[in-house]
Amino acid sequence: MALLEVDDLSVTFSRRGQRTVHAVDGVSFSVDAGEVVGLVGESGCGKSVTSLAIMGLLPKQPGLRVGGKAVFDGTDLLQLDDRSRRDIRGRDVAMIFQDPLSSLNPVIPIGLQVTEVLTRHRGMKGAAAEKEAASLLDRVGIPDPKRRLKEYPHQLSGGMRQRALIAMAVACQPRLLIADEPTTALDVTIQAQILELLKDLVRDSGTALVMITHDLGVVAGMCDTVNVLYAGRVVETARRRPLFREPRHPYTVGLLGSVPRLDAGRGERLNPIPGSVRDVLPWPDGCAFAPRCTRRVDECVGEPPELVLAHDGRSYRCVNPAPVPGLTPAEDVRAVVPTDAQPGSVPAQAVPDDPPTVPGLGPAPREEEKP
Amino acid sequence: MTESDILVEVRDLKVHFPIKRGVIFDRTVGQVKAVDGVDLSIPRGKTYGLVGESGCGKSTLGRALLQLTPPTAGEVSFDGVELTTLPAGKLRAMRRRMQMIFQDPMSSLDPRQNVESILTEGLQAHGIGADRDDRRRIIGETLDAVGLPRWALSRYPHEFSGGQRQRIGIARALVLGPDLIVADEPVSALDVSIQAQVVNLLDELQESLGLTYLVIAHDLAVVRHISDVIGVMYLGALVEEAPSDRLYTEPLHPYTRALMSAVPVPDPDVEDRRERILLAGDLPSPANPPSGCRFHTRCPWAQPTRCADERPALREIRGSRVACHWAEQIASGELKPHAVSAEVVRPEGEGEAPSVVSAPSEPGSYV
Amino acid sequence: MTITTGKKKQKIDRLSELAAREDERGVSLWQEAFRRLRRNPAAIVGTVILAIFVLVAVVGPFLVPYSPTDTIGIRDGLIKPGVIPGIDGDHWLGYDHQGRDEFSRLIVGARQTLLVGVVSTLIGLAVGALIGGVAGAAAGLGGRWGRWIDSILMRFIDMMLALPSLLLAVSIAALLGASLTTVMIAVGVVSVPVFARLLRGSMISQANSDYVLAATSLGVKKPKIALSHVVPNSLAPVIVQATLTLATAIIEAAALSFLGLGNPDTSVPEWGVMLADAQQYIDIRPGLAVYPAVAIIITALGFTLLGEAMREALDPKLRK
Repeated sequence: MALLEVDDLSVTFSRRGQRTVHAVDGVSFSVDAGEVVGLVGESGCGKSVTSLAIMGLLPKQPGLRVGGKAVFDGTDLLQLDDRSRRDIRGRDVAMIFQDPLSSLNPVIPIGLQVTEVLTRHRGMKGAAAEKEAASLLDRVGIPDPKRRLKEYPHQLSGGMRQRALIAMAVACQPRLLIADEPTTALDVTIQAQILELLKDLVRDSGTALVMITHDLGVVAGMCDTVNVLYAGRVVETARRRPLFREPRHPYTVGLLGSVPRLDAGRGERLNPIPGSVRDVLPWPDGCAFAPRCTRRVDECVGEPPELVLAHDGRSYRCVNPAPVPGLTPAEDVRAVVPTDAQPGSVPAQAVPDDPPTVPGLGPAPREEEKP
Repeated sequence: MTESDILVEVRDLKVHFPIKRGVIFDRTVGQVKAVDGVDLSIPRGKTYGLVGESGCGKSTLGRALLQLTPPTAGEVSFDGVELTTLPAGKLRAMRRRMQMIFQDPMSSLDPRQNVESILTEGLQAHGIGADRDDRRRIIGETLDAVGLPRWALSRYPHEFSGGQRQRIGIARALVLGPDLIVADEPVSALDVSIQAQVVNLLDELQESLGLTYLVIAHDLAVVRHISDVIGVMYLGALVEEAPSDRLYTEPLHPYTRALMSAVPVPDPDVEDRRERILLAGDLPSPANPPSGCRFHTRCPWAQPTRCADERPALREIRGSRVACHWAEQIASGELKPHAVSAEVVRPEGEGEAPSVVSAPSEPGSYV
Repeated sequence: MTITTGKKKQKIDRLSELAAREDERGVSLWQEAFRRLRRNPAAIVGTVILAIFVLVAVVGPFLVPYSPTDTIGIRDGLIKPGVIPGIDGDHWLGYDHQGRDEFSRLIVGARQTLLVGVVSTLIGLAVGALIGGVAGAAAGLGGRWGRWIDSILMRFIDMMLALPSLLLAVSIAALLGASLTTVMIAVGVVSVPVFARLLRGSMISQANSDYVLAATSLGVKKPKIALSHVVPNSLAPVIVQATLTLATAIIEAAALSFLGLGNPDTSVPEWGVMLADAQQYIDIRPGLAVYPAVAIIITALGFTLLGEAMREALDPKLRK
């Protein structure tokens, strides 16, 4: 059984006089014990809101609605009252944020902030708590931990702050750690240190890790399973290697084509995704990615594409996925394409190798963006 | 390479910011050596990439090169003209030929100007274009070049997406017909899929217009993608300079190696195989840089002799320029890396460092 | 089949609408702010109050039933020691202590009050913006000499700020003699430091922004950068402050008139003077104090509501 099972999670913000925002629109994924799961996507895809919703950390405001389920070890986190949620938070599930400075209390020494966690969840006090705090700081690679305990967050560098935050997060040996862009604010060499530290912690303690990031490189180095998000929905789920070797969803293909690679030569053209993240179709009207998709066919518009389950535990939400070399389209794609449109009446009827054209839309978009 | 092929030549450029203290009377108590003696030359029509982590002085170098931040010492020669001693009026006229692209496309566009006014401003300042129609024609061509529709002219920056705003920023630089464009983190504020669009655009523009670029970025992959030559900066100085491919296949400076191994590659096979050189600790403060080789406090190859007390000069090794005493020995495998214990580094202006650091924040750095 | 195709066609049309945006003109930030302002109920209430106030101030004196200086009550023998008659049929708010029609005085007084508020705010705004603008431009763009100029101007402003505002106003009034002009100057001078500091701070932060650097790198001259980029982008908080200052200016002017530093000819109705006069008769006819006080409060509230709504509308953080 999965440690965390998120099922059809949705978060909407509605304000009087304004359009309702579907920040998360039916996200489902699961995390097994000890597994590292990645949530990847660009800004506005709902990856951070997903994690905040699971942790119950979304600011309480009128118009906020959270739907769906997030079952952690048999209990639905979304149904818990504040008190029991606080108990779980920090003890069983912990979170690391992007900006370590604003996640730490600036007027309280690091040591006190760490011992506070130990007192709250592990009932440790006084010298014992302090000793444990020092050993935690030591474990996350903070030099001279005894002295650091008395220091304030502003006296530490960005990397050290993030380490301190990680120390607080792992203080109670949580079973699940959610890291929201933990290295985005850090320099490359510091990022490498922190990623290595997270890897070690996960390996040594068997903690499951949900890694939220926009950086495909980070995902490639860390995650066992990857969920790609677009416009508030998971569009592709796969194990790490298959995802990078043979991405199926056109968005994943586009993301991989967009990233300059260190090991690629000078001047190799990138294959960007046309348009911008703003050009989305609301999910109920079809595939949100359709306006930017180069593999768009007729079926993309009308109703949301269903989740296609393929072999090896991977799945994608696309009616015209990118072809996999050595696989005939018949066994993989045709079976799942809705057949309400007559074959032949529409040119590109979900045959993966055909160039996509949609009547009324003109050729698939080129590099121009639309506002 | 002949002399005339070099468009920009920077010699021993230094930018020091005073650290001031005091309530009424400012007292200079020290200096942040943001750029401390950089030599580089950019060939015409090529791209020079400058990489480094936040606080290494790469953005300050870019601004000092354009004389937007006055250099403390050193020379910058642009197409044979010495910029540091140029009178203000002549320098302003010279600005037509050297332009800048900024990191944050929102903050670098005046929110109260529409696109036409943004693009006309430079033309008016330099008296380009006979009349309004002529200017409109120039602007229209520029819009086409950067892939923006004509109706963009009457719009305001806040009505565009991030990628389009960056295109406006590029158009503003391009409309004057410059020779050199300094791009300070041109894509780091953009989404991944948009980054690629802008990178491709920069590439195309270089091809069609023969532009010379100085691209400043923290992202080694981006820099490597668009640069012919890459300079790696650490604490205000170049530690290595090499052609793009050679820097990747044969990094000579320990810092370059560490940087290279730290950049995540979106390929699990590569990620699993590569050896990682993890650097201990943080970047030391530029207000109080280590003695000798500035990297020796974090260098896994640091030797007891020379490294701590003798600052290495850039020297030529097999087509690269490296500032390391032991580059050959490290490359041949004669010297082996050893463990380094991390030193505590105070954030600038905090803790043991001087209380007020008046170094301008570097918007280009990735903080 | 045809139905589904038709439905699909519609969807596709909608999609292509996404692609081809109608060619409308761009919306500037001022227009955008105005749009937001129109949607804000507080702004609407504030605007309505102020519109009524301005309307009353402009046309009121022509429509009042009685002359505000006509001492009807004394003529008719209604005013006796210890007696000020209240509301009667024709006199909706009764008489004041000299037997003048209170309602007419209140209406006519609106004009004086508005004049004092607007003129004194304009004095403060003009002088403050001049000092602040010069200091801000000098500090932001002027280099070493600029910082000197800025220091000198700001120390001067600091000195003004150090004096209690009412005391400053009283001394100015004492210096120039009591008159309406004195009140306007005094109230205006008091608000100078606020405008100066506000504009200077706003300009310095704008001068350090990337687009100013971009304009410099384009080769635009510094005076032009200051006028066409820095100043327009620094104005928003100043405009908001001016609206809020109007409210306090009216109250302060009333206070000065109340202290007897206003127009010596007390027959000219002004809300502050009316309030001052009413205090002697507060136990006989408390209404005389209540009417002008309420008028002042409502007007100040109108300005404050509008000012706060403008602050919200112009706040860059709320921009999409």
